[in-house]
Amino acid sequence: MREDGEREWGLFLQAANTGDALAYRRFLTVLAPALRQFIRRSLSRACAPETDAEDIVQEVLLAIHLKRQTWMSGSPVAPWVFTIARHKVIDFLRRRGRRVHLPLDDFSESIAAEVEEPNLIGADIDRHLDSLSTVQRKVVKSIAVTGVSIAETAADLSMSQGAVRVALHRGLAALATKFSTIG
Amino acid sequence: MKTENLIHALTADQSGPTPPLARTLMRGLLPGVAVAVLLYLVILGSRPHLLAHFLEPRLLFKLIFPWAVGACALATVLRLAQPGADARRYGRLLLVLAVVLGAAVVTELIVVPPAHWKASWIGHNARFCLIVIPTLSFAPLIAALIVLRRGAPTNPVLAGAAAGLLAAAIGAGLYATHCPDDSPLFVACWYGLATLVVVIIGSIAGSKWLRW
Repeated sequence: MREDGEREWGLFLQAANTGDALAYRRFLTVLAPALRQFIRRSLSRACAPETDAEDIVQEVLLAIHLKRQTWMSGSPVAPWVFTIARHKVIDFLRRRGRRVHLPLDDFSESIAAEVEEPNLIGADIDRHLDSLSTVQRKVVKSIAVTGVSIAETAADLSMSQGAVRVALHRGLAALATKFSTIG
Repeated sequence: MKTENLIHALTADQSGPTPPLARTLMRGLLPGVAVAVLLYLVILGSRPHLLAHFLEPRLLFKLIFPWAVGACALATVLRLAQPGADARRYGRLLLVLAVVLGAAVVTELIVVPPAHWKASWIGHNARFCLIVIPTLSFAPLIAALIVLRRGAPTNPVLAGAAAGLLAAAIGAGLYATHCPDDSPLFVACWYGLATLVVVIIGSIAGSKWLRW
């Protein structure tokens, strides 16, 4: 189970990094429950409330997205993913004034996590969205929350598609920064 | 916001292939190295008769050693910027290079009579060396840090230090062709001190700029 899962991640991410959007979407979709389980367990080991888990899941997904070029093509995906997740959990706990040691030897079970919980909501991201520039906020919300495509967003906001892409990318990068600096 | 909404936005942001970090690192370093080389050509230039003495063992060692350190530091920087990658192998290789430098120093102490140790160690322009190597390293260090910001170093201080070592090796490699002092005693002490300065600057910069 574990090895299959890991190989699948590698194939998805490999395809995604060559520009395959569908593969990328599937990669992130299978990744989310594994991250959720890993983060919940990390939080409970650190005796921190698990209610923050979804915020960290979203922060890690953003980080993985923005840092995806740091995965070495062909190398195992799981150590890369869970090193990032662990880094973000530690960072999160540190921002809340805790100092913790989290060993990275127990991610194997998380890979197999397939519990679908598609409607989990993160609170921090909405707070951070509000602090973005108006254009970035509108673009990110339009594409994320209402699920509209780049082309439709461009038409709705009377912007060029290129401008929408730039605003989306900058908006997501700004969100990641808000997560890591404000918490 | 729901996580699946976020995934939708992330997928929409994915446009075109992502270049591997190794390529980004090499391309990003180029301008920094170019500035260092230009600076070297303008303020230093190579010392006279460099090629005529090229095979003299001390000179040869001094010319090659910094680039060996630089190659190792480059590999280390790349590993430290990639979560889950193992940088320890290259860290060990750097330790081996430190041992090689130590062996060169011991050899020099055996070969050179004690009365000349001090002259070999102090050399002609130690202070100049201490200023020039960090100066030449400055642009490569900035370039390496800029690239590292696109990486994901889970240990920003260590990554900054490795970037400092890489930059210092470039500075030292260039300066070695100008510097008239070839003794390993001189190289280990003054090049070493200059490198330490750049490594410390790199680690401080790393702790400030490489968090993500």
